[in-house]
Amino acid sequence: MDFSFLSLPAFSGGGIYLDWVISGIKWTLLVSSLAWIIAFTVGSVLGVLRTAPVAWLRVPATIYVEIFRNVPVLVQMFIWYFVAPEIVPQVAGDWLKTKMPMPEFWNAVLCLGFYTASRVAEQVRSGIQSMPKGQTNAGLAMGLTLPQTYRYVLLPMAYRIVIPPMTTEFLSIFKNSSIALTIGVLELTAQARQISEYTFRTFEIFTIATIVYALITLTITFSMRWLENKTRVPGYIGGAGK
Amino acid sequence: MIEMKNVSKWYGTFQVLKNCTTRVDKGEVVVVCGPSGSGKSTLIKTVNALEPFQQGEITVEGISVGAPATDLPKLRSRIGMVFQNFELFPHMKVVDNINLAQIKVLNRPADAAREKSMALLKRVGLDAHADKHPGQLSGGQQQRVAIARALAMDPIAMLFDEPTSALDPEMINEVLDVMTELAKEGMTMMVVTHEMGFASRVAHRVVFMDAGEIVEDAKKEDFFGKPRSERAQHFLSKILHH
Repeated sequence: MDFSFLSLPAFSGGGIYLDWVISGIKWTLLVSSLAWIIAFTVGSVLGVLRTAPVAWLRVPATIYVEIFRNVPVLVQMFIWYFVAPEIVPQVAGDWLKTKMPMPEFWNAVLCLGFYTASRVAEQVRSGIQSMPKGQTNAGLAMGLTLPQTYRYVLLPMAYRIVIPPMTTEFLSIFKNSSIALTIGVLELTAQARQISEYTFRTFEIFTIATIVYALITLTITFSMRWLENKTRVPGYIGGAGK
Repeated sequence: MIEMKNVSKWYGTFQVLKNCTTRVDKGEVVVVCGPSGSGKSTLIKTVNALEPFQQGEITVEGISVGAPATDLPKLRSRIGMVFQNFELFPHMKVVDNINLAQIKVLNRPADAAREKSMALLKRVGLDAHADKHPGQLSGGQQQRVAIARALAMDPIAMLFDEPTSALDPEMINEVLDVMTELAKEGMTMMVVTHEMGFASRVAHRVVFMDAGEIVEDAKKEDFFGKPRSERAQHFLSKILHH
């Protein structure tokens, strides 16, 4: 393997090929991180709504989850980027097509964020539902309202319980961010492909991409493990059971 | 103080409570007993509306539990409840379990709440464990914390739903002792339990249920002396064997 091509002047942009790699990493991290913020926030709200005692809150959340997690994320990417501007009112569509800054980037963020939200919602829901009914009863019996019971009783334990599956979703969003290349975001995989086309160092550049992805995901895995230990409840033995 | 009139409840077509009528007067201790599945736990949970009911009326100090206009959190905050599985909140320290509703429901300042919590912990003999988590305590200790947690709200009445059923035999007495002391102080109590020794020592009245019906509602002396119904006699002969 020969990595000397990294220091060669790049075909365009004035820098060297290493700059392309670094730029790719930057966009991968940006797309994934912003998408995760959406996914975690929206997913948490939806997950809570999925367990609500009233149908008018539960049903819309269920419909959202079933749509977003059952359509392939690649298809969703195309819908956000190519279809959405055509079906929204024309003023909005024109803005999306001509005036929106960095449309590829923002569409990728929204697509990944709202797709992953459906999966986060299912994790949050399963965490809440793994709590014994008695915990809700205990909260209500002392005079807490139902929202207070969620806030102080159910959610703090539910989030702890779902840290491992949540880690998986967090990793997925970084890996799925490579799909953003299909609408033109020059993230890590896109840059690797581009460099391979200009330098024919296909093997080397994809080795680099692989290692970078692995480093990102390993960092997340270890951070989440740290978080899990940090939030561990003394004396609490797994599964809420009962 | 607590009055139930002709309370009926169905799960689907199955009737779990049939025309239940009874009352608990101020300062009175009423023990509810009966075979498994007789509706005892369901009955006690209707008192603070943890279980809804379809027919009849329940009032607590004149306030109707079933009326849609009733402020349930407020009503519940005045009635303490202790559960079979303790239902302490595992992620909170013992003292924070007791502080929570004082601060969030009664709006007590944090230091006043803590002072009250510590006094109650001392009373149940657990002040040394204030900063532990529930999972680090034995079952009997957890249940005593749960009683302290309910008392922290200065309740007008206490509901006990099989408070010793989940305990190892050697821990039952430490919990019953706390309950006996409460009764002696004049606390109004409704207790679902199989502990007939406790009933014969502490109760004023005994309510015997079978198949969703209140079969017998008698003074303690009458119930243990000469239960009128065959079903109650049968139940007592089985349970008082040893």
